Amino acid sequence: MQKAHIQFNVNGETAEVAFAPHKTLLEVLREDMGLTGTKHGCELGECGTCTVLVDGLPVLSCLMLGLDAEDREITTVEGMAEGGKLHPLQETFADLGAAQCGYCTPGFLLTAKELLKENPAPTRDEIREALAGNLCRCTGYIKIYEAVELAAARLRDEDVEVAAEVLYGCE
Amino acid sequence: MAANKKDLKVVGKPFRKVDARSKCVGQTKFADDVILPRMLFAKLLRSHVPHALIKSIDVSGALKLPGVIAVITGKDVPIPYGILPVSQDEHALCIDKVRFIGDPVAAVAAIDEDTAFDALDLIKVEYEPLDTIANVDEAIRKVEPRIQEYGDGGNIHKKVHLEFGDIAAGFAEADLIREDIFFYEGNTHLPMEQHAAVAQFDADDKLTLWSSTQTPHYVHRAMAKVLEMPPSHVRIIATPNGGGFGGKSDPFNHEIVVAKLAQVTGRPVKIALTREEVFYCHRGRHPVLMKVKTGVKKDGSITAMDFQSFLDGGAYGSYGVASTFYTGALQTVTYEIPRYRFRGLRAFTNKPPCGPKRGHGTPQPRYALEIHIDKIAEELGLDPAEMRLKHLVPPHSLTANYLRIGSMGLGACIDKVVEASDWKNKFRKLPYGRGIGLACGSYLSGAGLPIYWNSMPHSGVQLRLDRQGGVCVMCGSTDIGQGSDSILAYIVAEVLGIDPFDIRVVTADTDLTPVDLGSYSSRVTLMTGNAALQAAERARELLTTAVAEKLKVPASNIAFADRRAFDVENPDNGVTFAQAVQLAEAKYGTIGTVGSYTPPASAAKFKGGGVGPSPAYSYSAGVAEVNVDPETGIVIVERIWMAHDVGKSINPVLVMGQVEGSVYMGLGEALMEEMTYRANRNVVHKFPSLLEYKSPTTLEMCDVKTFLIEDPDPNGPYGAKEVGQGPLLPIPPVIANAVYDAVGVRVDEVPITPDKVLAAIRAKERGKDGRYGPSSVPNIDWPEPLRVATPDEGGDGKEVPRELVHARE
Repeated sequence: MQKAHIQFNVNGETAEVAFAPHKTLLEVLREDMGLTGTKHGCELGECGTCTVLVDGLPVLSCLMLGLDAEDREITTVEGMAEGGKLHPLQETFADLGAAQCGYCTPGFLLTAKELLKENPAPTRDEIREALAGNLCRCTGYIKIYEAVELAAARLRDEDVEVAAEVLYGCE
Repeated sequence: MAANKKDLKVVGKPFRKVDARSKCVGQTKFADDVILPRMLFAKLLRSHVPHALIKSIDVSGALKLPGVIAVITGKDVPIPYGILPVSQDEHALCIDKVRFIGDPVAAVAAIDEDTAFDALDLIKVEYEPLDTIANVDEAIRKVEPRIQEYGDGGNIHKKVHLEFGDIAAGFAEADLIREDIFFYEGNTHLPMEQHAAVAQFDADDKLTLWSSTQTPHYVHRAMAKVLEMPPSHVRIIATPNGGGFGGKSDPFNHEIVVAKLAQVTGRPVKIALTREEVFYCHRGRHPVLMKVKTGVKKDGSITAMDFQSFLDGGAYGSYGVASTFYTGALQTVTYEIPRYRFRGLRAFTNKPPCGPKRGHGTPQPRYALEIHIDKIAEELGLDPAEMRLKHLVPPHSLTANYLRIGSMGLGACIDKVVEASDWKNKFRKLPYGRGIGLACGSYLSGAGLPIYWNSMPHSGVQLRLDRQGGVCVMCGSTDIGQGSDSILAYIVAEVLGIDPFDIRVVTADTDLTPVDLGSYSSRVTLMTGNAALQAAERARELLTTAVAEKLKVPASNIAFADRRAFDVENPDNGVTFAQAVQLAEAKYGTIGTVGSYTPPASAAKFKGGGVGPSPAYSYSAGVAEVNVDPETGIVIVERIWMAHDVGKSINPVLVMGQVEGSVYMGLGEALMEEMTYRANRNVVHKFPSLLEYKSPTTLEMCDVKTFLIEDPDPNGPYGAKEVGQGPLLPIPPVIANAVYDAVGVRVDEVPITPDKVLAAIRAKERGKDGRYGPSSVPNIDWPEPLRVATPDEGGDGKEVPRELVHARE
């Protein structure tokens, strides 16, 4: 089978890749570019685990052909940190226990990143709505909401303290 | 323990996990992220029929496909294996018979996954169909054909009958005897990571397997057995698990298959299962039909309980014998039950094997018990919270079935959720359609006995101290997301007065790390924690002696904190931690210590008493508030208040994460998750996909108010008990009890789906019993009971000899 040879922009770097034309963006990222930070949970568009940003919007990379990524800007979890500094979401997910097994985490981080770009001060219900396409089996989502809320506050340059209830439970 | 008395610097603090950064930047290497040069890809050909003899397999077509390197079948891996010594009933590839849709019969290794997949179509298998056994009723009725050639006759895998104390006398004392029947549908773990494994034979012809397994030690044993290799030539590395929940606790056929293919081809081989295949691996929650009969006094005190359970086991043994005992083991650890009888049956059926899922065999009976108690309280006109509080098992006591209770914080848990939820102003007082319920639970902090009989430690830790001030902790435990790597670092850091992030944690590698039995039965924090504590205290002792000599002060004066060792009476007089190691190394040579943990001897000496004993029991109580739409039967769970007695939080954020995650998983089981099959002879899974197997999204997940109760247990490190599984247990019954409070109907079956709620509401409207659930259990011949006199009766934990039993009768 003749390989497709395309160019796209991944995490701010121009990449040229040759791959079998039927491959999904998920497969191209993981298998042809070594970007294994993007995970897969079903490869049928059901779980949100493989979410990446394409031109800034969350996309299920298991449902998008690699060919369709030509000349587009892709952001994976490996591209979230800037200049060696983690994105505030990465810091808050780590600090508040929002990543348990960590397998769904890249998809949640990227979906949340886009949410906070569109809506810098989302309510709990807006976060819930935005993340409804991502499944997590470990956390019950609550620590994820708290991490998104804390990162949102930090991105708004608000000096917020983490509530004791979030770190130690209710009194 | 001296450590308990000091101000703790690390333990009890909400530190980040040691691997949190890695997980948030995409660096964590899960099994499918292992990529090796010249690696081949494997696929399994799985049976599309539920029960059949294999008449022939022709792989010649597949071998001719360009890119296919090897094809193997059952005869290439003929040695059976299984997690329990008594159930060595699995083959990596079926030899002469398939037992469920999804049972693998052949495996292909090819240059890429697509080629391997295409090759599967070219393998010809001729099947001779056999009659199928689809459920427990059929298994009892159909003696032939047998799915397995062992067990307690026909298609019955196991029958057990245990009797603790004089049951008849207990029931005779009762003011009220109540009987209820419940059904708990099966469901599955659904970890986000599909199982994957990579095998490679190294240059010295030794095998290395990377696998998403919770139990590398057991995979090690099974692998050496099946491949007939010296265990010292087999290395199993458990990669961080992308969720486990019990679903990665068995040695799996795909792990053995890639190892065999790597041996045959001389190249590394990877397999990554599809989501559909994960449903066929299963080992999830057993569907269990239960009947419970309880005698109570007017004040709600229990005089006797008689519990029966019928488990639909699927096609293989897996952990099933243990699961069977677990459906009868932990009834006694919450409310006092002075006399107790348990009868359990596990059947073989032509479905993927059931096994251990979060709570292993105990959420089903807990569901039955907590609703049953709710019904009894109503019949007696008592508040169900107060009734429970009055009859709690005392701390530091021995139950009728010889489980040794240590710390017991259930009363504090109930008090907390009753107060926080405003229970007293809501229970039976909310408007129709709104309801509140309460339920409790308890779980093991690790199984007291190992899976295979031995008297060695269950957990080992090795510490290496570096003269540069670094510390390496090595332990066989497997981080499945619960944070077990971090627990090791926190405890060692606490003892040595350093920062947890100064520590390198090496885990789950059978070549490099001492054995830990695995991430199951909620054993890891307690057992590896104790082992780590011992190793760290031994290291501190070496350092203390060397530092005391140098500082010329008594050893008892030396303390460790802030990366220093110093004289407590003159804190400026001290050395850095690195200097302390150097002094010790100069004195003793290279500094390394070990620690290990073996649970205390069990008080249960009877056959079957191996299941249930634990070093410590966690306790939880939950209150749920729900909204039920009487027109549609739709149940919306608005909020759950959950209090969990964890003994001591090594890290409260991680403990909360386990509580919330357990509530979430319990909610899924309560409302929607079901592993069900088409009812015709095909026994085909209804929906092996994430889309159709419904699990809670953010939109279904309720609000959770978490309360951590700390009643330290003398057996736990710093008093810590488990949290990973226990908080799931109250959730299904708490929702059922709240639904009853809301609309006055009982749904005695999970999942509590709208159709069942509506059927019960409509039945009630027609003047019938407002209930949905099973009405009978099979009437079978149980074996003679194994009788054990209770501690109150002067028993010694051993079974009463049969002659004596008959003499008494």
